[in-house]
Amino acid sequence: MTAASDPGVTAQNDAPEPATGVVLRAEGLTKKFGQVVGLAGVDLHVGAGEVLGVIGDNGAGKSTLINCLTGALTPDSGQLYLDGEPVVFRRPQDAREAGIETVYQTLGVAPALDIASNLFLGREIRRGGVAGQLFRFLDQRAMQQKAEVFLKQLGILTIQNMKQSVETLSGGQRQAIAVARAAAFGSKVVVLDEPTAALGVKESNLVLDMVRQLRDRGLGIVLVSHNMPNVWAVSDRIHVQRLGTCAAVLRPQTHTMSEGVAIMTGAAVV
Amino acid sequence: MTRALSGDAPTLPQEVQRTLHAHPAISPTLILVAAWITFTVINPRFLQPGALSLLVQQTAIVAILAVGQTLILLTAGIDLSVGAVCVLAAMVMAKITSEQGVPGVLAILIGIAVAMAAGLLNGILVTRLKLPPFIVTLGTLSIFTAIALLYSKGATIESGVLPGELNSTGHTWSVGAFRITAGVLLVLLVYVVVGVALRKTAWGRHVYAVGDDAQAAGLAGVRVGRVLLSVYVVAGVIYGIGAWVMIGRVGGASPNAVVDANLESITAVVIGGTSLFGGRGGLLGTLLGALIVQSFSVGLALAGVDGQFRLLAVGILVILAVSVDQWIRQVKA
Ligand SMILES: Nc1ncnc2c1ncn2[C@@H]1O[C@H](COP(=O)(O)OP(=O)(O)O)[C@@H](O)[C@H]1O
Ligand SMILES: [Mg+2]
Repeated sequence: MTAASDPGVTAQNDAPEPATGVVLRAEGLTKKFGQVVGLAGVDLHVGAGEVLGVIGDNGAGKSTLINCLTGALTPDSGQLYLDGEPVVFRRPQDAREAGIETVYQTLGVAPALDIASNLFLGREIRRGGVAGQLFRFLDQRAMQQKAEVFLKQLGILTIQNMKQSVETLSGGQRQAIAVARAAAFGSKVVVLDEPTAALGVKESNLVLDMVRQLRDRGLGIVLVSHNMPNVWAVSDRIHVQRLGTCAAVLRPQTHTMSEGVAIMTGAAVV
Repeated sequence: MTRALSGDAPTLPQEVQRTLHAHPAISPTLILVAAWITFTVINPRFLQPGALSLLVQQTAIVAILAVGQTLILLTAGIDLSVGAVCVLAAMVMAKITSEQGVPGVLAILIGIAVAMAAGLLNGILVTRLKLPPFIVTLGTLSIFTAIALLYSKGATIESGVLPGELNSTGHTWSVGAFRITAGVLLVLLVYVVVGVALRKTAWGRHVYAVGDDAQAAGLAGVRVGRVLLSVYVVAGVIYGIGAWVMIGRVGGASPNAVVDANLESITAVVIGGTSLFGGRGGLLGTLLGALIVQSFSVGLALAGVDGQFRLLAVGILVILAVSVDQWIRQVKA
């Protein structure tokens, strides 16, 4: 965590900068649902090779924020920048094509499909020529080989058979498949919404290990979680979302979990 | 990093459950083999070429309609309008040739187009109005039946007044002691084409994914609405081809034909191991399922058993098949 050795910035204010270049930046995001304010002007940025934790109470606007970053929602106002360039995402597909992958809390995978099919769902590798172009014939061997490579890279090789259906895997392994998919296709940013919510301690650690690996690969990570120990364990900076705004940005080195929770619930102000 | 699957050796029931889970066509294969052995022991005529040829021909119509039904069940839908669409297409084919003098080949294509339009209507109601497939096809079952009856004025059109092309699916060849019809070959061709599409193409993968978990498929970038719509349209085309097969098999077009096709096609698909909840199963099982249903008819008749027992047996099989599916779905890591 190189950012910790950058005390000048941290001392300056409570919104420390990432040590490396900013890959994704959001400025002044607002989103209303009728009368309900989801986001009331939120700034956020994440650097390449940095994990940004996002915490907040229920209804604080975490999901709305994530959805605006990944094209699932379009903000009413505000601007996103990817590598410094202004971008607009109208659909999740847009964000995906720009290199931003999302791991959803529960809806990541199709249980009856096999591992390789899940990894490539919606962007299957097709055969060459007419068979692939016109009839959309799959190149199943290539998909299985690549799937094996992806899982090997992330250290989850004990899943030996890429033809095994995902429902025969444990919860942690399923989540690992979802993370592996994001890792395989996300070239810039991976956003994870509550990836450990349904998992036990061991399985959570598996997912956190994968998050660290993605960070080390130079991706920007946005990790939404209710699990404070998890957030404090992997985050370089922590964005505290409260009542539709960003209440603070902390470093795990400078603030304890209980201080973070106090800010999150409004018991303390920064 | 030790991330092994839990190491305990599985018990025998778990082993069976896993095997059936990985190969859903095993149970219908076993049922078919057991049924054939039993019926042959009771009456050796069962497996003789003549009876077997007839069995296959009798299976053809339900078997082809069950292809469309399989596609729709794989998406976690259901189609109660199969028989009605098939009859409507058959009446259109027969009537426009016999009364308007439309050439046979063109009439077949128009009939298939009508069936495709019927499938498109089902698909639009399911995907755009977001109505449950059960309700949509319950409604269109009545609508298409009514249109077919009104259009044909309830009259059967005999094969004698139809051009050769329409009857050609009834054409029979002798292969040794076996007799095989063009209709049966056409049905097998449909099985091969749709089977390959399901297993080998991105479209097929998406059909399974949509039935498995539509929301997950959508988030992964699959265009759920489009896939669903395509399934209903393809099913319509298959029912249209089924209408042609039916004209050759029955010897004409009758508005009262294939009244049992709705339930029989669903029965064949379910006995064949395709899940009513979508995302699991396939065409090999469906073909076996259709053969099982027909084998019980023929076998029990040859055994001299009252026809009602066939219904009883098929009913028990359906419940068994669904129970097995429920059990298989609970497979764990
Ligand atoms: N689709 C929606 N329609 C109406 N209100 C919504 C919608 N999504 C979120 N909200 C509201 O916006 C606020 C923020 O919600 P959300 O982003 O889901 O919070 P969090 O994920 O932090 O629990 C809440 O008051 C919530 O009720
Ligand atoms: Mg939320």
